[in-house]
Amino acid sequence: MISSWASPAGEEFALAFDRGRKHRLLVLPALFDEANKTRHLAVEIMRRLDASGIDCFLPDLPGCNESLAPLEAQTPDSWRAAAQAAASHFDATHLLAIRAAAFLAPPALPGWRYAPITGSSALKALLRARIVSVREAGLNEDSATLIEQGRREGLELAGYSLGPAMIAALEASQLPDSGRLSDIEHSTVGGGAPWLRAEPDCDPAQADALAAIVAVGLAQ
Amino acid sequence: MTALSAKAGARSETDILLREILCEVLGLSDAQADELDTDSGLFGHLPELDSMAVAGLLTEIEDRLGIAIDDDEVDGELLETYGALLGFSERKRAGG
Repeated sequence: MISSWASPAGEEFALAFDRGRKHRLLVLPALFDEANKTRHLAVEIMRRLDASGIDCFLPDLPGCNESLAPLEAQTPDSWRAAAQAAASHFDATHLLAIRAAAFLAPPALPGWRYAPITGSSALKALLRARIVSVREAGLNEDSATLIEQGRREGLELAGYSLGPAMIAALEASQLPDSGRLSDIEHSTVGGGAPWLRAEPDCDPAQADALAAIVAVGLAQ
Repeated sequence: MTALSAKAGARSETDILLREILCEVLGLSDAQADELDTDSGLFGHLPELDSMAVAGLLTEIEDRLGIAIDDDEVDGELLETYGALLGFSERKRAGG
């Protein structure tokens, strides 16, 4: 189940359901705190797809989850290169990108983007979390000043150390054209969005719905 | 601020939407959300509402209520009670 692969930043782990089957789905995790909030759901989707005869791979991006690579050295480009390397290593035929992973999608793969957001939205949430927490301590910060500082020297936001290149690239990022990917809006899945919950449970009905969209799409 | 009534039928659209958002973000049951009143404490009173959750809550309020919340409007008072958050949201939606 735990597999490893070589990213440009070094060896990384991946959760893998690999039985050498025809359809091989690369799952790119959401970013930052949303990665934690959606991981259980991602794994439950993969278990269901495995049972439906589909191989699935959930790689750790460099600097994330179990990765030993420093997060502050990563940029969206280093993550794109890693996503591409994972796709090649696992011979992925399809992609499921969760939330902000949409802007890291290897362009050649068909598949899905689940509730995609831009890197700038992900950055905005982290900035807000920092502003809220320092304000609770009686201090004042604002996004514009923080971004200015972040572009010069990097920033620690909600426990994530982001380098200057990462801050600049996230802020400027836009959602790429979906290209070969179909967007899955959360409203079609139903239930509360796990990335909104402070302490999310995994909703089996959501995992069922998402796995069904992928499995039906692959069977067509 | 518009009148906050304990009776659901008397609630404004903003009030109803805000309760729905709090249900989603904090995983409150419908009954818990229904019990929120003007004086119900939020940030600092609900352990689920940490800074990351507040960030998510504000973004969701912006999206669902069609308003923009500036950095300098995010302060302790805004999130101190349900009544404060509702009053702010009502004023924002009214264009103030």
